[in-house]
Parts: sequence; structure tokens; C-alpha cells
Amino acid sequence: MPEKSWKEIPIGGVVLEAGNSFDYETGGWRSRRPILNRDRCNNCMICWVSCPDGTCLVRALDDGGCQMMGFDLKHCKGCGVCAEVCPKEAITMIDESKAREEAAA
Amino acid sequence: MKDTATLPIKGEAVALEGANAVAHAMRQMNPDVVAAYPITPQTEIVQTFSEFVANGRVDTEFIAVESEHAAMSACIGASAAGARAQTATAGAGLALMWECLWCAAGLRLPIVMHMANRSLSAPLNILCDHTDAMGARDTGWVQLYGETGQEAYDNAIQAVRIAEHPKVMLPVMHGMDGFVISHTLERVEMLPDEVVKKFVGTYKPAHTLLDVEHPVTYGAFDHWDYFFEHRRQQWEGLTQALEVIPQVGEEYGKLTGRRYGYFEPYRLDDAELAVVIIGSAAGAARVAIDELRDKGVKAGMLKVRCFRPFPAKAVAEALKGCRVVAALDRSTCLGAQGGPLFVETCAALFSAGLRPSVVNYIYGLGGRDTVPAQIHQVYDDLARIAKTGRAEPVFRYLGLRE
Repeated sequence: MPEKSWKEIPIGGVVLEAGNSFDYETGGWRSRRPILNRDRCNNCMICWVSCPDGTCLVRALDDGGCQMMGFDLKHCKGCGVCAEVCPKEAITMIDESKAREEAAA
Repeated sequence: MKDTATLPIKGEAVALEGANAVAHAMRQMNPDVVAAYPITPQTEIVQTFSEFVANGRVDTEFIAVESEHAAMSACIGASAAGARAQTATAGAGLALMWECLWCAAGLRLPIVMHMANRSLSAPLNILCDHTDAMGARDTGWVQLYGETGQEAYDNAIQAVRIAEHPKVMLPVMHGMDGFVISHTLERVEMLPDEVVKKFVGTYKPAHTLLDVEHPVTYGAFDHWDYFFEHRRQQWEGLTQALEVIPQVGEEYGKLTGRRYGYFEPYRLDDAELAVVIIGSAAGAARVAIDELRDKGVKAGMLKVRCFRPFPAKAVAEALKGCRVVAALDRSTCLGAQGGPLFVETCAALFSAGLRPSVVNYIYGLGGRDTVPAQIHQVYDDLARIAKTGRAEPVFRYLGLRE
């Protein structure tokens, strides 16, 4: 979201639109990033129910099941709960700054 | 206000203690919610008001809370829900509200708080000084101070209009000196109920929590990216209050014959020696000034009513002809260069390029009386400073046993 001046926003910090938290990037302070190893993942969805911020991205399948797709890094805060609860050790936490450096390179 | 704008209404003159005068103002305003906790010397305000509630003379939802922290919190919730909310406190009660004061101002909720100003312990003290309110001077609230029960009554009514003005939308606290005014029987002119009702009108908030058609979130987390901008808006609200306060005071003056601005100058036009003061001790100063004027001393006074926002330009303009100025602070300012009124007065004069000698007196702490003889002592000092040009010490105590 483009940042607005003090003259362009409602006073008192009130939020006038419902459901706008998706637009607000809260993943900026993450120091560790979850990486999914698809070969190990069996789509058990334990990470999905455990994530405190709902940042495990899941796709519904035609057969009624679902598939773990990865992470919403705009909102993931890097807490590592997903990696901790994963019974298949399919999620590893890597250093965020290194991940960013590699992405930039 | 067409039918009342032209004639000052002669209110009913009644004998009331300051606290009761404010309680009656609250009754006439009939707030939606009052949440309060008893504390001396404020208790009489909400105790009297709770009788009005019990006797069905107001529609107010009265919330008897367990502390002042809860009182302010309840007012914040009520105000965010769209209610006209009020409370009253003093001394340690105000101190206990501390973090909630910031929330009320930061959420831009036009809560009105009545105060009977009291010192802060320790040593344990329940009597008057302004240390309680001065400790809250930078919380984003508008601050008004009255000299008399009449002014407390008038400020209480105007506070609602100032707070709820769309350009302001800030909470307002107004003080009267604990016991000295809150518990002293005075002649107070009370407006007819319907006139007060009409003057304060109906609160029409832009956003409320109970408006389900237009859902709104209050109190959301605010990061480094927007917190500063929201603070900046609060400065703007207080800047706008500088415009609104005299407008409301003028409108109230047309109604009652009692006009209100930022301050009340007394014999200040040609004054060379001036005191700047807040609250009931202005009465003692007025007596001393009249006696000095009879002797040909050009003494004057600036009694400050509006301390937040501080009307710096107007204060400098009012004092521009003075050679020596004494700011009298009835509050503790341990470790500071002077009391809050002194510091603001100095900054106002300096910014305006004025360089009179300015000294500071701390007086009246913990309920110590201030009498005309003490004010005479101040003017004697000011005359000596004018003559010698030597202002040291700048920081002084008045009425203290050395």
C-alpha cells in the first residue's frame, strides 16, 4: 500500500474498511523464513491449523483433499511453529536476511 | 440559537459549592454515560450527580467502577460506541488514569473530565495544588482551569462543545482548585436547563462502534509507518482547539454575559509588573493589584484559563508591555528549570522576541493558602528587579518557611 500523509488518513487511528488486514504487510520483521520441502510433505495440514497467522497457503484438490503450497511471506512472521509441528520434517527455517540476499543476487 | 443569541440570560443565582455547581452542569448536560470512582476532593461531584441519576433527573447510564483506570477505560469504550461520556477525578485518581488519558486523546474521543485539583502523595496530602493536572499536560487533552465555582460551571458546559467540535475531537479536562473552590459555597448563576441542553446540543460522532451499517475498528495496532502521522493529527486537533476555544467562549458569552477566552487579563494594559497565574489564587492577586494600583504601582495579572493548547502568541502579546513578569506555579516540578506555567511563559516570550525579566514562584503546594500579603511580596520583588535589573534567583518559593 502506498503510504499516506497525516492529512489523508482518518483521525484516531480508526480503521474504516472491514477485512483490510490482508493489505497490510506484517511480515516485515521476520528474521527466519520457512522453506517447504515438497518431497517430504504429505499434506497432513498440521502446519495449516497450527500457523497463528494463517500464512500456510493451501490449494483445494478435486478429490476433496488439499495440497500444501507454501507460505504467505507478506504476513508470515517467522515464528517457526509450522516447522516445529511438522511430523515429516518437511519445513525448515532459514535465515531471512540470507534468503533476501540470495533472492536479490 | 436564534432565540437566545441576542440577550444574555440572567441565570438563577444560587449558593453552591464548586463541586455541586459542576454536578448541576452535568445534570443539565445529561451525558449518556458517566463512569467515576470517588476520590477526595472530587467525590462530591459524582456523589451529587449519582443522586440525580438515582432520582431519575437524568437519563445517564452511571457506571460505578472499581478504580479511576476503569473509569477512564469505561468512558473510552462508551465514547467510541458513540456516547457522550464524562467523568470526574482528582490527584491520585488522575494519576491512576495516566495510560488511559493517552488512549482517550489518541483515539480522538471527546470525553469531558471534571477535576477538583489535588496534590500528589507522598507525603500524603488531599488538598489543592495543580500537580495532578500538570502531570497530564502533554497527554493530548485540552486543559481549562477555573478560578471560581462559576467558572467551573461555565467551563464544564463549554468543555463539551470544544471537545466535540469536528475540527477538535479531543478530550477536555477542566479543573477547579480542590476544597478552595470545590468545597466553598459561592454565588453561582445557573442557566435554565433547556438553555444548557440547547447549547451543548446532541453529539453526532462520525464513527461509532455501534453503527453496524458502517463497521469501524478502534484501537488497532499502529506501527512505525503510521503512528507518527496519527500523532501529528493530534497536534492539529490542538491547533484547531486554539481557534475553537475562544469561539465557544464568545458564543457562551453572548448567552450569559460571561465571555471566555484563553485567559483573563486584569489591569494589564499599561502594567509594568505582571503575574501570570492559574486558579483560585487569582482572587488574592486581584486584591493585591487593586491596593498597589491605589499607590500608583503599575501592577497587572494574566490569569490563564486555557493551558493546553498553550496560547503562546496571545500570552506574549498580552505581556509585551511588561518589564518584569512572575509566573506563579501551584505545582511541583522537581528537577525542572521552573514550573510548567513559567516554562511556557518564557518560551512564549522568547519566541516572540520579548525579553522581560521573568521569575518563577512555586506556591500553595498541598493546600497552603495564598493570601494578598504574599502577592504583595511578589510585586515588591518585581519592583526591585525592575529597579536593579537583577532577577536572581529566577526560581523562588512563595509562602514557604525557610
